[in-house]
Amino acid sequence: MENRVILDIDDVCIRYGEDLAVRNVTLPIYENQITAIIGPSGCGKSTLLRSLNRMNDFIHGCSHTGGIALGDMDIYDPATDPVEIRLRIGMVFQRPNPFPKSIYRNIAWGPTINELKGDMDARVENALRRAALWDEVKDRLSDSALNLSGGQQQRLCIARALAMEPEVILMDEPCSALDPVSTARIEDLLFELKENFTIVIVTHNMQQAARVSQYTAFLETGKLIEFGETEDVFTNPKNERTEEYVTGRFG
Amino acid sequence: MVLAVETYSFLQTVPLTDFLFGTQWTPLLVPKSYGVLPLLAGTFMIVVGASLVAIPIGVASALFLSEYASDRAKRTLKPILEVLAGIPTVVYGFFALTYVTPLLKTVFPETQVFNAASAAIVVGIMILPMVASLCDDAFRAVPNSLREGAYSLGATSFEVTTRVVFPAGLSGVLAAFVLAISRAIGETMAVTLAAGATPNLTLNPLESIQTMTAYIVQVSLGDTPAGTLAYQTLFAVAAVLFLITLGLNVLANYVLNRFREVYE
Ligand SMILES: Nc1ncnc2c1ncn2[C@@H]1O[C@H](COP(=O)(O)OP(=O)(O)O)[C@@H](O)[C@H]1O
Ligand SMILES: [Mg+2]
Repeated sequence: MENRVILDIDDVCIRYGEDLAVRNVTLPIYENQITAIIGPSGCGKSTLLRSLNRMNDFIHGCSHTGGIALGDMDIYDPATDPVEIRLRIGMVFQRPNPFPKSIYRNIAWGPTINELKGDMDARVENALRRAALWDEVKDRLSDSALNLSGGQQQRLCIARALAMEPEVILMDEPCSALDPVSTARIEDLLFELKENFTIVIVTHNMQQAARVSQYTAFLETGKLIEFGETEDVFTNPKNERTEEYVTGRFG
Repeated sequence: MVLAVETYSFLQTVPLTDFLFGTQWTPLLVPKSYGVLPLLAGTFMIVVGASLVAIPIGVASALFLSEYASDRAKRTLKPILEVLAGIPTVVYGFFALTYVTPLLKTVFPETQVFNAASAAIVVGIMILPMVASLCDDAFRAVPNSLREGAYSLGATSFEVTTRVVFPAGLSGVLAAFVLAISRAIGETMAVTLAAGATPNLTLNPLESIQTMTAYIVQVSLGDTPAGTLAYQTLFAVAAVLFLITLGLNVLANYVLNRFREVYE
C-alpha cells in the first residue's frame, strides 16, 4: 500500500441520541483511489460517509467523537469552517437532487456562491464533459434540470460536485435509484474520475464494489469488520463475516 | 344576476365614463357625483400599505420559522400568530385609532385623525399571520434533499435560505400574496374605523379616505331606499370590486404557472 492517505478516519464513534450507529471506526482513504463502503442495510454506511463532510451537523441529536483529518485540516476541530471542508469534499446523494433551475445554473450554482474564479462557461462545460453528460445536454443548457431522465440528473449532480473541483467526492449509493444502463454509465465514469479525484462510494451492491473500487471497507452494525484492497476482501477475506457477506449468504 | 342588472340600470343614468373616470364620489350629497376613482384610490392605498407591512414581515418570519427557529421557538411563535389571527377586526380598528394614529402624528404632524396609513398598517398586521403561515407551509414543502445538495456545495445557511428555499417556495409566496391582497381589499371594519368615510381622490396616506367595501357597508346600513340611484351605486361599486378580484385571481394563476419552480 504505497498510496498516500488523504483522509484519515481515527477511532470515530457516531451516535443518534443514545444509539451508537458507528463504533470505533479507524480507516484510511487513499488519494486517487476509489474506496467502497459495503455492508447490510442500517449498518452505518451513510452515517459514516456523511461524517466526512460534516453533513451530520444538520441532524438533530447526532453526535461525534474521534478524529477525521483531511491532510492537515482537522474536520471536527470546532475552529474549522464546515463550508471550507465542503469546498474540498463534495457529495453526491442517493437520489438525484438537482435544483429546480436550468442545467447551466445547477452547475454554476456552487462556483457562483463561493465566488470561484475563472470563466464560468468553461467551468460548466468542463464539469459536464467530465460527467459524460455534455454531448446530451450541450444544446439545451437553459432547459430545466428536472426535464432530464433520472440517470442524467444523477450525472448532473456529479457534474455539479465536480464543478467545485473538490479533492474528495463522497457518493452515497449513487446508482440505487437508477436503471442498469444508467448505472453502467456512472460506473464507467467513476473510472475516469479517479485520475483526478479521490472517491468514497457507499453501495450495498457488492458486484458494484468489486467492479469499481480499489479498496473496500466492510461494516456491520456500526463496526468496521474488514478493510483492505478490494481484491483481497472479495477473494480472500480475513474475517468469516466478510466472507459470508460477500458470498451473499446474508445481507 | 342581480349585480349585472342593477349595474346596468345604474349605467343607464350615469355614463360609464363619468363612473370610471370621475374624480368626485358624492352619491348621497348634493351636488351628486358618481366618479368611482376616489374609492379605487382609497382601496389601492390600503392594499399597497397593508402588503408593504405584511409581505416582507410575513415572508421573513416564515423563513425564520422554517429554516432557523428551534423547536421551542416554533412552539411559542406559532400560537402567537394564531392569537393575532383570532382577534376581531374591530379591535384592530380601535388599536389603529388609539395607538397607531397618535404614533403617526408624532412623526408626521399633519396626519389627520382618520387616515389611510394607520388603517393600512393595522390591516397589514391583521393579515400577517395568514401570510406567515402560508409562506411557512410553502417553505416547509421544499424537500430537504435540496438543502443538503446546497450545503454540500459549500453554501452557508443564509445562502441556502435565500437562494434555494426562497425561490423554491416562491409559488407559495405568490399564492399568499394574492390571498393577502384579497383580504386587504375585503377588510371593512378596521378600515372604516381608522381611515374614516371620506371618499377622497388622493394618494397621500395621511389623509382620510374611503374604500369600496367600506362604502358598500356604509350605504347598506343607512336608510337608502331600494330602487333609487343611490341604492344602485352599491351594485355598481360591487361590480367593480368583483371584476378586480377576478382579475387578480386570473393574474395570480398566470404568474404561478409562469414562474413556478417545480420539484418532485
Ligand atoms: N436521522 C437519524 N436519526 C436517528 N437514527 C438514525 C438516523 N439516520 C440513521 N439512523 C440510524 O443509524 C443506523 C445507521 O443508519 P445508516 O447510516 O443510514 O445505515 P446505512 O446507510 O448503512 O443503511 C441505523 O440503525 C439507523 O436507524
Ligand atoms: Mg444509507
